[in-house]
Amino acid sequence: MKSLLLILVPLVAAALAALWPWSRTRPWLLPAVGLIHTLLSFWLFCDPPAVAPGAWFAFDPLARAVLPVVSLLFLVCAWYGVSYLRIRSERPNRVFIAALLAVLGLLSAGHQARHLGLLWIFTEAVTLAAVPLLHFNGTPRAFEATWKYLLVGGTGIALSLLGSLCLGYASLHGGGDGNLTFVALIAQGAGLSRPWVLIAWVLLLVGYGTKMGLAPMHTWKPEAYGEAAGIVGAILAGGVTSVAFTAILRVRAVVAAAGEGATADHTLLAIGLFSMLVAALFLLGTRDFKRMLAYSSVEHMGILTLGASLGRAGVAAALFHVWTNGLTKGTLFLSAGNIRRAAGSASMDDVRGMNVITPRSAAIFVTGMFAVTACPPFGPFFSELKVLRAALETGHAAAAVMFLGCLLLAFFGLTRVVFGIVDGRPRPAAKVGGRRFSETAGVLLPPLVLLGLSLWLGLFLPRVLSDAWLAAVAQLYPTP
Amino acid sequence: MINSNLNLLIGLAMGLNLLALGTSRLPALIRAMSAQGVILGVMPILMGHELDWQVVLVALATVAGKGLLIPSLLRRAMRTAQIDRELDPQIGFVASMLLGAGGTIAALALTHQLPLLPEHSGSLLVPGALATVLTGFILLIGRTKAISQVCGYLILENGIYLFGLLLIKAMPLLVEAGVLLDLTVGVFIIGIIVDRIQRAFDSLDTRKLTTLHE
Amino acid sequence: MKSLLDLILRLDCWLLLAPLLPGIINKVKAWVAGRRGPPVLQLYYDLARLWKKSVVMSTLASPAFVILPAVTWVALLGAAMLLPLGPLGAGLSFRGDALLMLYLLALGRFATAWAAMETGSAFEGMGTVREVSYAVLAEAAMIAAVLSLSVQSGSLSLATMLTPSLGASAVLLAAGLFIVLLAENCRVPFDDPNTHLELTMIHEAMVLDHSGPPLAAILHGASMKLLLFAVLLVQAVLPMQHLQPLAAAGLLAGGVLGVTVAVGLVESLLARFAFRRVPLLLTAAFLLCLFALLVAWKGGVP
Repeated sequence: MKSLLLILVPLVAAALAALWPWSRTRPWLLPAVGLIHTLLSFWLFCDPPAVAPGAWFAFDPLARAVLPVVSLLFLVCAWYGVSYLRIRSERPNRVFIAALLAVLGLLSAGHQARHLGLLWIFTEAVTLAAVPLLHFNGTPRAFEATWKYLLVGGTGIALSLLGSLCLGYASLHGGGDGNLTFVALIAQGAGLSRPWVLIAWVLLLVGYGTKMGLAPMHTWKPEAYGEAAGIVGAILAGGVTSVAFTAILRVRAVVAAAGEGATADHTLLAIGLFSMLVAALFLLGTRDFKRMLAYSSVEHMGILTLGASLGRAGVAAALFHVWTNGLTKGTLFLSAGNIRRAAGSASMDDVRGMNVITPRSAAIFVTGMFAVTACPPFGPFFSELKVLRAALETGHAAAAVMFLGCLLLAFFGLTRVVFGIVDGRPRPAAKVGGRRFSETAGVLLPPLVLLGLSLWLGLFLPRVLSDAWLAAVAQLYPTP
Repeated sequence: MINSNLNLLIGLAMGLNLLALGTSRLPALIRAMSAQGVILGVMPILMGHELDWQVVLVALATVAGKGLLIPSLLRRAMRTAQIDRELDPQIGFVASMLLGAGGTIAALALTHQLPLLPEHSGSLLVPGALATVLTGFILLIGRTKAISQVCGYLILENGIYLFGLLLIKAMPLLVEAGVLLDLTVGVFIIGIIVDRIQRAFDSLDTRKLTTLHE
Repeated sequence: MKSLLDLILRLDCWLLLAPLLPGIINKVKAWVAGRRGPPVLQLYYDLARLWKKSVVMSTLASPAFVILPAVTWVALLGAAMLLPLGPLGAGLSFRGDALLMLYLLALGRFATAWAAMETGSAFEGMGTVREVSYAVLAEAAMIAAVLSLSVQSGSLSLATMLTPSLGASAVLLAAGLFIVLLAENCRVPFDDPNTHLELTMIHEAMVLDHSGPPLAAILHGASMKLLLFAVLLVQAVLPMQHLQPLAAAGLLAGGVLGVTVAVGLVESLLARFAFRRVPLLLTAAFLLCLFALLVAWKGGVP
């Protein structure tokens, strides 16, 4: 029941937001829902409900391992959103808030879906619900970004439907009775028709990989993240991508049950490393700090995928990384949003000296950058270390070397851009343009809190969290 | 006999794929797409199992949606936005037609390698679906106008629908309903965006959408 | 004795009936446009008139200028003689005569193109380039069509090859061969035989400088080529091998008449295509024949 509330509360609130007549008070719906959602998901986290094996929806171990960080991230972003929407009071916020809440509800549904078709429906719905978020700014560039997002994302989602149908046919061919829950598919195991499973795997990987932003299907990401508000970027990068990642994990379990686990792992390894490499190379070239965040997100999606290919330890590390990356990316997106607003541009060519104009946001941004490039003692360092260890333990030395090389390249790229905009003498134009941006507590504390959470995950990782990840791994690798 | 009727329809749909790839006029592309939608819509009725109301509903909804509603929306968008009717190819018409034909042959060859249920062997459903998906892809990549990309996306969806017909009996109708719903919603939203892009750029040429690049 | 009679009958068919086709096409066009139009036998009058005239030769041209139209004519007649004629069967039949027919057609085109370039005029050169570049694409379609017929019947001889079965393959083949017919005979939408603007001509530009009997040979050859393609199309699509000889002959004649009328209708209802769209149509013809080949190969169902 509580697990259904996780879905229903945000959706009802979205309807409420669409009807709420006062746009000044409407933003407060965000933190209210975020708080309820977080409380619910942590309650469920601490007291996991029993899962009926054939259930279509459930707060199962995998949802338990990922969903709380999404609601936590949403809560902090919602807090930030209140201040942000006050600053942007010139834009109508009705659709934005409704869409944001709908995204939260649909994400919760997607994370809890244990049925191939339902999972697809909710992923598609999230894709569509995120559209209004992207063209919130209403500029031609935002429209352009939205168009690319919809076209690439729509194609990806179409392919994942085709993949789902192929998997359905694999089950049908193996004598299945049309039950498309993951449990039933895994139980059918070797009975699934192998060629169809392989086709389904390729299509689903490409489809959900597009949603995740794996190279070479990542092309929508720089456009979308570059043009969207910081809060939207944080939720897309930390929340929406995670539902696609868990989808891939669930499908991988089916493919492994059908006896093609090794093939699946090889493709995941290749696509993960390729994403990291592509992202690292683009990071060395980009001159826009919001697009930089997008490429960094592509890189971290690569890390997740790499982790997913490395067996039990790797998957546990990847789930850890979902948490650390989501929180740290949130810090970066929110502080980058502040800097972008104060500077009036996102390009290195126009922005510099931000440590003078917005000293606190710049400090958070730089610290967040170090956190996300895996400097100890922040969370990403430990999660990436675990991925690395998993790679070495499973004998993927070459992959480990490439992994480190890409991380190094990404570090160069990120520091190049970040210090390029933080250091130096501020441009005079930055100060005169429009209203002055003031660093209030409302825009500073949320990224700081996220940074603190990332640090906390690094220093004092609670035992219960790592147990949750291991439980999810046990769900994904059922012992025969 | 039923199978051969079905194959005839799928063959027609595959021919429409090539027509869509070869045409240089936007109205003709929309016509090909809507004709394909109608053909696809009729198919579930011809599939040979007993006519239950769900199948008829899916057929009617498909004919109305893919064959009538969406094409008329696209035509209206084309008229109100006063879009030039000539298509601007990035992949030439001859090249895309040859690609499409090669893809069709490849789809036929691939289907030979795949295990099919006895009731589906000899049916063109799988190669037809693959070829149609590929056609959609070529159109998505190879045409620059926003509306023609939408047409490409719809043809891609048609291919997926064609594949879904394999499962219409066994899988819950849920999957099918989800397709139609999301397709319609997606096109609506795409339509809105097309409209907005029009206002913002005074053109529907996505090649002009190049402010954002490295 | 019988074979001599047969030969005479066959020659009569090809030589005497061929000029009727352009007349019918013109009549259809005139009828659609609401005019009376030239008489159906106009081409016969033209040929007779041209035959009486003398030849005007450019000072640049070699004797080949006069010889080559004759070569074309002979090549086309040879190709026509290979083609079986309904109940009459083929005049000369051997394994691989289909290939010989393709080569004779190509030889005819080669000779025309050479003759066109003899005078060194720019228009002829231009027309040649266009004609030959279309022909490359049309030949691909033609070869695919012949291959599909050959696969369908498992033989390489025209006499046994033209035993079609009704089905998807026949429909595809009919559409493909009809487009090839239009292209090979320079009809609308590829070329406008009535154009008076040298810049837009294709086939007409090639024969601008010919006169007298050579021009008559060219015109007669062109009409024979049209008849050849029409007969090929009809026999490749309509099954008539099991009919009575008279019925088969009637069906063949009716089919050819139908094709001719269709050409006339196409010509009056369609505008000619821009040059850049022509390859598209020819590719479509190629693909149609290719898919006919596939269907023939896989026996309709993969």
